[in-house]
Amino acid sequence: MNFEMFRFSPGAYLAPAVDWLNANFHPVFDAIAKTVESVLVSFESALLFPPAYVVILAAALAAGYFTTVRVALVVLVSLGFCLLAGLWTACMQTVALVVVAVFVSVLIAFPLGVLASRHKRLEVGLRPILDVMQTVPPWVYLIPAVMVFSLGRVPATIATIVYGIPPMLRLTTLAFNQVPKPLVEMGQAIGAPTRSILFKIEIPSAMPTLIVGLNQCILLSLAMVVLAGLVGGGGLGAEVTRGLTRMEMGLGLRAGLSIVAVAILLDRVSKGALQTRRRRPS
Amino acid sequence: MEMKISDNDVLLDCRNIWKIFGARAPAAVKAVSERGLSKKQVLQEFDCVVGVADASLQLCRGEIFCVMGLSGSGKSTLVRLFNRLIEPSLGTVTVKGREISGLNAAELRDMRARTIGMVFQSVALLPHRTVLENAAFGLEVRGIAKEKRNQIALAALEKVGLSDWTARYPSELSGGMQQRVGLARAFASDPEIILMDEPFSALDPLIRKQLQDEFRQLTKSLGKSSVFITHDLDEAIRIGDRIAIMKDGVIVQVGTAEEIVTKPADDYVADFVAGISRIHLVKAHSVMKPVAEFRAEQPNCDVDALLRTTPDADIGELIDLTMRSDSDAVAVVHDGKIVGVVTIRGLLRGVAGTPAEARAAA
Repeated sequence: MNFEMFRFSPGAYLAPAVDWLNANFHPVFDAIAKTVESVLVSFESALLFPPAYVVILAAALAAGYFTTVRVALVVLVSLGFCLLAGLWTACMQTVALVVVAVFVSVLIAFPLGVLASRHKRLEVGLRPILDVMQTVPPWVYLIPAVMVFSLGRVPATIATIVYGIPPMLRLTTLAFNQVPKPLVEMGQAIGAPTRSILFKIEIPSAMPTLIVGLNQCILLSLAMVVLAGLVGGGGLGAEVTRGLTRMEMGLGLRAGLSIVAVAILLDRVSKGALQTRRRRPS
Repeated sequence: MEMKISDNDVLLDCRNIWKIFGARAPAAVKAVSERGLSKKQVLQEFDCVVGVADASLQLCRGEIFCVMGLSGSGKSTLVRLFNRLIEPSLGTVTVKGREISGLNAAELRDMRARTIGMVFQSVALLPHRTVLENAAFGLEVRGIAKEKRNQIALAALEKVGLSDWTARYPSELSGGMQQRVGLARAFASDPEIILMDEPFSALDPLIRKQLQDEFRQLTKSLGKSSVFITHDLDEAIRIGDRIAIMKDGVIVQVGTAEEIVTKPADDYVADFVAGISRIHLVKAHSVMKPVAEFRAEQPNCDVDALLRTTPDADIGELIDLTMRSDSDAVAVVHDGKIVGVVTIRGLLRGVAGTPAEARAAA
């Protein structure tokens, strides 16, 4: 008996599919690549054009004005660390990549998550897909991205977007499932339009869980962006990869700690921005 | 004593309404309308649960109509059929002459916003909004300018005695105060009908009683009408002008508190009213005996010399009168004419109620 016959090899079907897509939809992918690239470049250059200390001060002031003094301090310390570690450019590249990727992830995951909460069949259908997406090691995401978009920042961004979708989608669905039914019923009974029920009842009630989802999305995206250093994603990932391949402990450590700094920065700023609207007494 | 109901006065008219839940509900509905199946048959044949079965009731202008039933009796389903939070399977609901199943989404929203308010057992206040913002929520979703809606909401909060709490959040309020905010939110929209879905059930007895009195007083003074759902017969008697008793989705009896207590429709209702104090419910007209009968029993007694009272005097008042009187009877006078006599025996029967055997014989 030869079990070789029964070997399951999805790659054997997927690779030709990707090749076929590449051959027939090249203009589409090209357009996506150009758009992603230009958005990234403009965001990056906006961050890198002024002197570093101006960016740090402006960010801290904005954080202090729109959120709290504590968040402003976090911004000051984390960005200050990036500058002092000598990795300012790499940090800003990473911040740009993560912000763009998370923005697109949320743009895709949030409406899908709301739909999944409204329609149980969609939720049931999405669940196994999300399970697979969250269990497959992140390196694997890079392969099709590179096959379609070749090396550089674009496949890094695309892979990061795809990797960031499952946690945000899952937690959006959970958040909307947890909205107390009596509140929604009250909205209907008071004659509120569906839009008012969504924005004035459901989203505010779902906000704590939505923030957790966004936080997960940001942290996983950051992890992916660092891995994407392997395919030329640039930024801190490139520094970590360099540290690894050259066995430079100092560089690796500086880059690693800078990643922590960026993670804390993005997490606290996003939380602060979403929470200050809720002026609830503690 | 019959309340005169003209068609103009009926604000909410619900006729032969059914709600059937379950996977095969449409087939069950068809069977009910064509073959007149009972609830039990629907459950056996279609595996569908009947929430409300063939319920009819009319809410008149200025009336507080209580629907009393235990949990699972379908009363919360029934009240949600009145503003179409639940679509009826069969039957019609007419609000101010318009059948609500014919309304489109925008018309339905408008009707809910302007004509039918609702107060929930769970209160359903938005935790991230202040008391004032919660009370103004109905006006806000209707697009009324902030200044105007806050002014109206403040007036509504004043009516329920919460004008000092406007800037607080719901979590800072006690249960009773939260429900007052719920009431203020309903009154702020100035609807003609207010649906109350067990609003006071979760409150402690003293606060509940206080809110019941306030609600009745407020509703009457503002000229509103209300359908009030409750599982508490005392509450229904305290608040309701008329009461409907529901059991397993069916309205068993509709009547005033006195009618339900003195003439229960079946043993289920009789069991319910057994523990109710009748002293302030039962009136002279239902315990008096005809003058001729009294004269035949006590030929020596001069009916014209008896102390007099009205047919609406309750047993408490009648006892007081009898104690003050020299004789053992009180004459009941209506339009200047003696229409009956209440004797001590009649009073005793009124306090104790008519036993089941006597009811069956009657």
